[in-house]
Amino acid sequence: MFFGKGHSACYGCPLPIAVRNVLEALDGRCFVVNPTGCLEVTSSQYGRSAWGVPYIHSTFENAPSVASGISYALEVLGRENEGYVVVFAGDGATADIGVGYLSSMLHRNDNVLYICLDNEAYQNTGNQQSSQTFLGASTTTTPAGRVIPGKTLRRKDMIAFALAHGTPYVATSSIAFPRDLRRKAKRAVEFVGSKYIHVHCPCPTGWHFDPSKTVEVARLAYETALFPIVEFEYGRLVRVKKIKRRKPVEEYLKVQGRFRHLFKHPEGGRIISELQRIANENAMRFGLD
Amino acid sequence: MRISLGAVSRPLESLNDKTGTWAVMVPRIDRERCIGCGECYMFCPDCCIEMVQEDRKRYAVVDYDYCKGCGICSEVCPANAIEMVEKVIE
Repeated sequence: MFFGKGHSACYGCPLPIAVRNVLEALDGRCFVVNPTGCLEVTSSQYGRSAWGVPYIHSTFENAPSVASGISYALEVLGRENEGYVVVFAGDGATADIGVGYLSSMLHRNDNVLYICLDNEAYQNTGNQQSSQTFLGASTTTTPAGRVIPGKTLRRKDMIAFALAHGTPYVATSSIAFPRDLRRKAKRAVEFVGSKYIHVHCPCPTGWHFDPSKTVEVARLAYETALFPIVEFEYGRLVRVKKIKRRKPVEEYLKVQGRFRHLFKHPEGGRIISELQRIANENAMRFGLD
Repeated sequence: MRISLGAVSRPLESLNDKTGTWAVMVPRIDRERCIGCGECYMFCPDCCIEMVQEDRKRYAVVDYDYCKGCGICSEVCPANAIEMVEKVIE
């Protein structure tokens, strides 16, 4: 068992789904580095560790640097064959707080598999917006009301960020497709250098939907093209997960409490059409239809 | 609790936490209908579903000591073999 029973994640939490599928795909031959975040607080309290693989928790921002250090140490000691260095980081640690450290890791092209578990806000501290939060989402720092209709800024494009560093392998995946995630984890470790996988993880607690719908919401994000599932090798788009019949974004928005206000707010119509435009743009850019 | 040198956690100590006490609803698997596809095993966030091979039949078994009762397994089951029922506490 690589990731144990008895961790204290919420009902229906998507993070353990992603973590165990990656660990099982890599046969547990991993040195896991984990910055602060939901995954860390639920799986690594003292005396209650849920990890069955070597694991280190560092501070919020420097997981990429710790991972680089481990990979260099393994190289110097001649122990590269013992396992892969894997980072499981949240979207806050990846896209906001640790973005500089991630940038230098990708720039040095260290031999690390970096997996971003994207639940689109700081859910650990109670749903504060991050740069991965979608436009129009109501969070505790961007509450929807008379002044603003939820988040007013756009989402940071982490795929383009990783590609801009010339990263050999960049992919996105979703917890709705564990087989796809397993294949991508296996494919990623065949590359030497930095690997970046962005995994979409819908959070029932922060996004306000029923815990049993986690997988359904993740699938809707893919089916509306708001979260495209793509794969780049050496900067070239090699594979996309095509959508059979693309759904309008409303279907994804109406199942979540954080977008509920969009259907009655005076600004709501404008935001929904903007999100639809983003979805159309994704579909065009990656050829999803 | 005694704290070890360097406060190092041992692997899989979480097994001492029986998170099954959180559950209100728990899954009940209909062995006749279970097709043994392993979908629920892959999606279970609490890693508490195991696939069991018996003669020719493969089916899923839930570890109720750790199941929090989120209901994901019953949503993803392609054979509709998992039903959520209220947990009975003895």
